[in-house]
Amino acid sequence: MCLAIPMRVTSVQGDPDDFTTNQIATVDADGIGRQIRLDIVDHWPAVGDYVIIHAGFAIHSLVEEEALKNIALLRELAENTPEELLS
Amino acid sequence: MSGKKILLDHGSGGLASQQLISDLFLKYLDNRTLRSLEDSAILDNKPGRLAFTTDSYVVDPIFFPGGDIGKLAVHGTINDLAMRGAVPYCLSLGLILEEGFAMDDLERIIISISEACREAGVPVVTGDTKVVPKGKGDKIFINTSGIGFVSEYVDISSKNAKEGDAVIVSGTIGDHGITIMTRRAGIAVQGDLHSDTMPLHTLVQKLLRELPGDVHTLRDPTRGGVATTLNEIAESSGLSIELSDEALPIRPQVRAACELLGLEPLYLANEGKCLAIVSGDQAQKALAVMQATAEGREAAIIGKLTAGKAGRVVINTPIGGARVVTPLHGLPLPRIC
Amino acid sequence: MKYLDEYRDSSLAKPLVEELRRAVTKPLRVMEVCGSHTMAIFRNGIRSILPDGMELVSGPGCPVCVTSASHMDAFIGMADRPGVRVAIFGDLFRVPGSQGSLSEASSRGAKVEIVYSPMDALDLAINNPGELVVFLGVGFETTTPGIAATILAAKNSNIKNFVVFSTQKTMPAPMEALLSDPALQIDGLLCPGHVSSIIGAGAWEPLAKKYHLACVVGGFETADLLKSLILLARQIGTGDIKVENVYPRAVAWEGNQRAAKMVAEIFEPADMDWRGLGRIPLSGLKIRDKYAAFDAEVRLNITLPEAKEPKGCLCGNILKGMNTPRECPLFNSRCTPSNPIGPCMVSSEGTCAAYHKYGQDE
Repeated sequence: MCLAIPMRVTSVQGDPDDFTTNQIATVDADGIGRQIRLDIVDHWPAVGDYVIIHAGFAIHSLVEEEALKNIALLRELAENTPEELLS
Repeated sequence: MSGKKILLDHGSGGLASQQLISDLFLKYLDNRTLRSLEDSAILDNKPGRLAFTTDSYVVDPIFFPGGDIGKLAVHGTINDLAMRGAVPYCLSLGLILEEGFAMDDLERIIISISEACREAGVPVVTGDTKVVPKGKGDKIFINTSGIGFVSEYVDISSKNAKEGDAVIVSGTIGDHGITIMTRRAGIAVQGDLHSDTMPLHTLVQKLLRELPGDVHTLRDPTRGGVATTLNEIAESSGLSIELSDEALPIRPQVRAACELLGLEPLYLANEGKCLAIVSGDQAQKALAVMQATAEGREAAIIGKLTAGKAGRVVINTPIGGARVVTPLHGLPLPRIC
Repeated sequence: MKYLDEYRDSSLAKPLVEELRRAVTKPLRVMEVCGSHTMAIFRNGIRSILPDGMELVSGPGCPVCVTSASHMDAFIGMADRPGVRVAIFGDLFRVPGSQGSLSEASSRGAKVEIVYSPMDALDLAINNPGELVVFLGVGFETTTPGIAATILAAKNSNIKNFVVFSTQKTMPAPMEALLSDPALQIDGLLCPGHVSSIIGAGAWEPLAKKYHLACVVGGFETADLLKSLILLARQIGTGDIKVENVYPRAVAWEGNQRAAKMVAEIFEPADMDWRGLGRIPLSGLKIRDKYAAFDAEVRLNITLPEAKEPKGCLCGNILKGMNTPRECPLFNSRCTPSNPIGPCMVSSEGTCAAYHKYGQDE
């Protein structure tokens, strides 16, 4: 139900507490960019942060710590798998 | 910017038409045959068998990064000839213009056609122009038919693919399709996306020279993308095709745009690429020949023909799984789910 | 692409394939709530290497699949009105109502515009002041906040020619309706990752407790999917049933409060018709009176036509996980992707489309 991808914020506009301002960011991934909206993002991102984007809206500001936690979660199994099962 | 527009008169065959021909078409497309302005072009015969193809172009937008409708029309028809191993000889150019179409845009397209023809070495030798009332067309529609000659010894067809043959693509996939898609209002993205439109007849001739008898099938994966074309080849040859997800050459920008919009590069059109089905033991040589050309620098072996359910295409995923790749049923559409 | 490629990397994912095999210690039946999960599982080839004993059924989380036939007919009726331009997500273009689709309406001259974002639909309204632009709202909690924000932006910019036809739905409600049917026997839920970004991983706890369901909130990349299935198998194997979040980079336990606030400002809960499931109380959202100027149903005085489900179509049961596509008499004979009868075949993530596209060798 939900195609959403992480992209890097390259500019930010607007006031998170004032919905009459245009709450807009430009985002980039591998050289592709688009303007997206920040009206519903949970934490206001800074330039260089990553946001997860669905239908032109940031739905979540990705925190590096969370991403590292996520990779660790997935890796812990990989590392504990005995050698003979990895062929 | 002249501000001049195409009028119904320009298609009437009268003086306005004559003026359009001399001031615009002959100015840029000039060659002895076209200049004679006869009802038909009389051509010299060449050795081999005659190859004949036709295609119409209605793309919107008519100008896009990497090309325009005119360039597309020239390359597309040259490539259709090349895909049967034919050396392209000449083209016809049929235009249907909408009343009110900007003369400057038409000139831009004709210049583009002339450049494409000159670079490819394939002239336009005959043409026709009609004008339809405003609202009955969409700026410009182009039809190009092409004639070429194919050697007695060359037999290239989808039916000829054999078990064990390798599937090679001449470069990155999805470039043209994603470029056109992202030009639409409401689906725009910024970034270096451009059409890959280019003529492939030189690449094909090199391949045929180096690997006589080993090139069984050539197809250009236009509408419907690589997925649809491979399904057609599998169907025609009565074989299955097995692809590798990791082997598909895709530009990072194309991939990113596809991820954003929910599209798949395998299903997007290509206008400057070909699929070559070659004998399995000649695959590496074919790859090297293609990679040595400007058009085929990023060529890659992406799969092989196997025995199995006729017409079936599967793709192996990086974790060792597989899924079936079905042909496209309609236009690819962006999605949110 | 950062934060995407790492999770697709085969060095991370391959060991998880083996681990999944080891994790399935007793037979289990898991519902993929979300259509995107169904599709991702097929697409990554996970379907083809699923261990014996693990059965996956697809649930109602495909917004296009659950759009009722009468809503589709109303959508098409709207597109056919003069002076109206409908703006839609691409997903809706080929969905059949009881008589044709928006694609067919477009072919007879209706103005149907495919957009990526509801904000693009608002831009269309701004750039075409002579037309009424109607955005056809479908989707769940991931999509609704953006639509809400668009309505607020329309109000703040005083745009007079933009309306939304809301058929927005919420997720936990139909799950309750499905799970209360004893005929549906599932052991666990693969919970939708991006819906959970909004509603929070914690939102699945009441269901998990009430029906003793293993719940894992998962992402959509290869490693995410495998890990989710492993944890589900483990929970069911050991009996240690709970809600686990294996998508922390996108999902917090409490969800996205800011988005929830935006939705509450614009929408209020309403009963909603779900194709195949009937009317489920308080499972949808209706635009509040305060924003009635942007409500298509109010502005255009719409009455929903009575629409008949196509005969023999098992979409309803398929959505409930009661039947598989192969058990539908129309599957792959009269109902195919090029000629879809029901929405499960039209939507690219519809169960039947996914089976047809990816599962042909089963």
